Amino acid sequence: MYKILDKKVLNPTVIQLQIEAPLVANKARPGQFIILRVDENGERIPLTVAGVNKENGTVKIIFQVVGGTTEKLAHKEAGEYIQDFVGPLGVATHLDGLKKVCIVGGGVGCAIAMPIAEALHEMGADVTSIIGFRNKDLLILEDEFKACSNTLRIMTDDGSYGEHGNVTVPLKEMLEAGEKFDMIITIGPLIMMKFVVLTAKPYGTPVTASMNPIMIDGTGMCGGCRLTLNVDGKKVTKFACVDGPDFNGYEIDFDEAMSRGRMYADFERHAHTEACNLFKKEVQ
Amino acid sequence: MAKANMSLTRNAMPTQDAQVRAHNFDEVALGYTEEMAIDEANRCLNCKHMPCVNGCPVKIHIPEFISKIKEGDFEGAYQIISKSSSLPAVCGRVCPQEVQCESKCVRGIKGESVGIGRLERFVADWHNTFATEAPERPASNGHRVAVVGSGPSGLTCAGDLAKKGYEVTVYEALHTAGGVLVYGIPEFRLPKKIVAKEVETLEQLGVKVETNVVIGKTLTIDELFDMGYEAVFVGSGAGLPNFMGIPGESYKGVYSANEFLTRSNLMKAYLDNPETPIMKGGKVAIVGGGNVAMDAARTALRLGAEKVYIVYRRSMEELPARKEEVEHAEEEGIEFRLLCNPTEIVGYNNPEDPRDPKNGFVTGIKCVKMELGEPDAKGRRRPVAIPDSEFEIEVDTVVISIGTSPNPLIKSTTEGLEVNAHGGIIVNEDGLSSRAGVYAGGDVVTGAATVISAMGAGKTAAKAIDEALSK
Repeated sequence: MYKILDKKVLNPTVIQLQIEAPLVANKARPGQFIILRVDENGERIPLTVAGVNKENGTVKIIFQVVGGTTEKLAHKEAGEYIQDFVGPLGVATHLDGLKKVCIVGGGVGCAIAMPIAEALHEMGADVTSIIGFRNKDLLILEDEFKACSNTLRIMTDDGSYGEHGNVTVPLKEMLEAGEKFDMIITIGPLIMMKFVVLTAKPYGTPVTASMNPIMIDGTGMCGGCRLTLNVDGKKVTKFACVDGPDFNGYEIDFDEAMSRGRMYADFERHAHTEACNLFKKEVQ
Repeated sequence: MAKANMSLTRNAMPTQDAQVRAHNFDEVALGYTEEMAIDEANRCLNCKHMPCVNGCPVKIHIPEFISKIKEGDFEGAYQIISKSSSLPAVCGRVCPQEVQCESKCVRGIKGESVGIGRLERFVADWHNTFATEAPERPASNGHRVAVVGSGPSGLTCAGDLAKKGYEVTVYEALHTAGGVLVYGIPEFRLPKKIVAKEVETLEQLGVKVETNVVIGKTLTIDELFDMGYEAVFVGSGAGLPNFMGIPGESYKGVYSANEFLTRSNLMKAYLDNPETPIMKGGKVAIVGGGNVAMDAARTALRLGAEKVYIVYRRSMEELPARKEEVEHAEEEGIEFRLLCNPTEIVGYNNPEDPRDPKNGFVTGIKCVKMELGEPDAKGRRRPVAIPDSEFEIEVDTVVISIGTSPNPLIKSTTEGLEVNAHGGIIVNEDGLSSRAGVYAGGDVVTGAATVISAMGAGKTAAKAIDEALSK
C-alpha cells in the first residue's frame, strides 16, 4: 500500500497527489510514468510523473477525472492509501544538449510538461512555454511555469484568460518571426500534438511528442500500448511503455492513435457514471 | 499391497460437462478421487530403470511417489514430489505430460501410459486441502540471493534455494506474484488460489516476495548487488508480443494474446462488473495454435462470444498445443480453421462520417488457404499459400497468439549482459550469463516455452548458485 501524503485540487477536474514511494522517487526523471491501482480489483492506469522529492521519497502525480478509476482516485484524501504504485516506467525525455526549447502543453498535459520545463531551466536552457486550456477555470500551474520559463504564453479556447486561441497560434507566430528552437516538446491531447507537428513542419523544427495510450502492465508485456510510426516511408510498430512515451512527432500516426484511444470510450463513460453514483450513495 | 491394475486404459479425468463449462470460468478438470488415484497408481509397474523420471525436466521421483499413493500415504507422496518440484499443483495441471514423463511410460507401449500428471495433481491438491503443518523454515546459511520475476522459473529457483537456507527475495513487476501463472493461464485451467497457495508455501520457507518492483527500472541488477545480494537469477519472462505485420493490426478489437489474457485473468475482466474493460461477445478469431491460443479461444468463449475460431496455418498434426487443451477446445465448440493464414484484418470505415463510433473497429479477417509443402529445418512441413484462395471470416475481435520475444527491460539496463539475435539472455549449461553472479532462465532466455521447462531452468540455476556460493 502506498500512502497519500498530500492532496491539492488544482481545478474542478484536475487533482494533484503526493504519494510516498521512495524507490520510485529515487529514480524517476522527467518524461517517465508510473502505473497505479486505486484498490484491489482496480484497473491499472498509467500517469506521468509530475515531479519528485527524493528527500521525502514522494512522487507527485496530477490527473484529470475521466473515468471510473480517476473518479475513485479523486475521492482519496491525504492520509489514505492506494493499493499499488510502480515505476518509474518508460524512457525519460532526452534533454541533453538542448539550449533553446519550446514546450507546448495542453490541458492536464501541462502537468507532465512542467517537470521537463523545470529540468531544462535548471540546465540553463532558454525555455519558451505555451500552455493552453479550454477556459480560465481549467488553468493549472501558471506560477510554476512562470518560474521556469523565459517566455510564457497562456492560451484559452474561449479567451477567458491569457490570449484567445489555441497553442498553435503563438507557436506559428514565433516560428514565422524566425525563432529557432532546438526542439519543440509537446504534451497534451493527441489532436493538439498533431497540429503542433503540422505547424512546425514548414520550419523543419524537430518535435518530440509524449504519447499516453491505453496500457496494462507498462513493462513491455501486453502490447496494448502499441502505436505506428512512419519511419522513412516504412510503417514500424512501437510500444509506448518501453520504447516511449516520447516519440519523434513527425513519425507518429496520430489518427490511428486517436482511434485506438477511443476503444473503450463507452465503457469509460459508463464506469465514470457508476463510480459517481457510488459516491453519491455514500453521501446520502 | 494391492494387485497391479493391468487395465490398458487409464482412469478418465472427471471434467465439467462441455456445454456447461463453456459458460463459466470454473476449473474444467475436477481431479481424481482417492479411489481413482489408488486405482490409477496400481497401474504403475514401478520399473527399476524409471524411464519416466528421465522424461521429467525437474526429475521428480515418479515411481516412488506413486508407490506412496498405492499405500494410501498421500502426504508421503507429496513430500517426495516436493523434494524435486516447488509447484506440484501447478505442474499437475499445465505440464505437457504426454511428451514428457508419460511418453516414456512402459505402460504406454501397449495401451495408455499411467496418468502421472493426474496423480501429481491429486497428491498436490490432497496436500493443499488436508495438510495442516506449515513447511519447516530451514536455518539461514547467511547468503542472500535476489530473484527477478515470480513466474515458474523464479519461484522454482527461489524455492530450491530457500530449502537450502538461502535468504531469497523475489522481485515482481506486477501487483500479484505468479507471473504467467496469474496473468496468462486462465482460471478454468489453473485456479488463481492454487498459485497463491504455492506462493504462500514458499513464503513459509522464508522467501520474501516484493511486488511492484520493476528490475531494470525501479532497481537495476547492479543495485541489487550493491544491496548485498550475492547472486541474481533473472526469470523476467516473455516480453513484447509478436504481431504478423499484416495490414489492419491496429484496428480496435485486435489484441495480442498477452493483452487479452491479462485483461481477463490478472485484471479480472471476466467478472460481472469489471473495472478493466475487455471486448467480449460477438465473433472472435484467435490466430495461432499453441497453448496460449487455446487459452485465449476458450476465454473468449467464456466471456460470451457467439463463435470462436482458431486460425492456424498448419494442420491439426502440427498444432503445438497440449493435446488435452485441443480436445477440450473442440468439445466446447471452438471451430478450427486449419491451413489458413491471415493476410489482412479488415475494419469499419465510414467515409461519410469520420465521427461514426463504429469507425476503426474490426469487422473481419482475410485469410488465404494453405497446403503443406517440403519440411523445413526443424522437420515441420512448411505451409505454402494456395493461389487465389483468399476468403474472409466475419469477426469483431482478433487475438494474435504467435509468440513473444524476451522482455527488453533488463538487457537494456544491465551492462555486460549478452543477448542473442532474438534478445534472449545468453547462458551456459548452469544458467550463468555473461555477467558474474547473474543467472537466467525461462522465457527470457528461450523465448516463449512451457512452464515446466522454465521450472527446469530455475532448478538448474539454483543448483549452480548453491555450488558457487557455498564454495
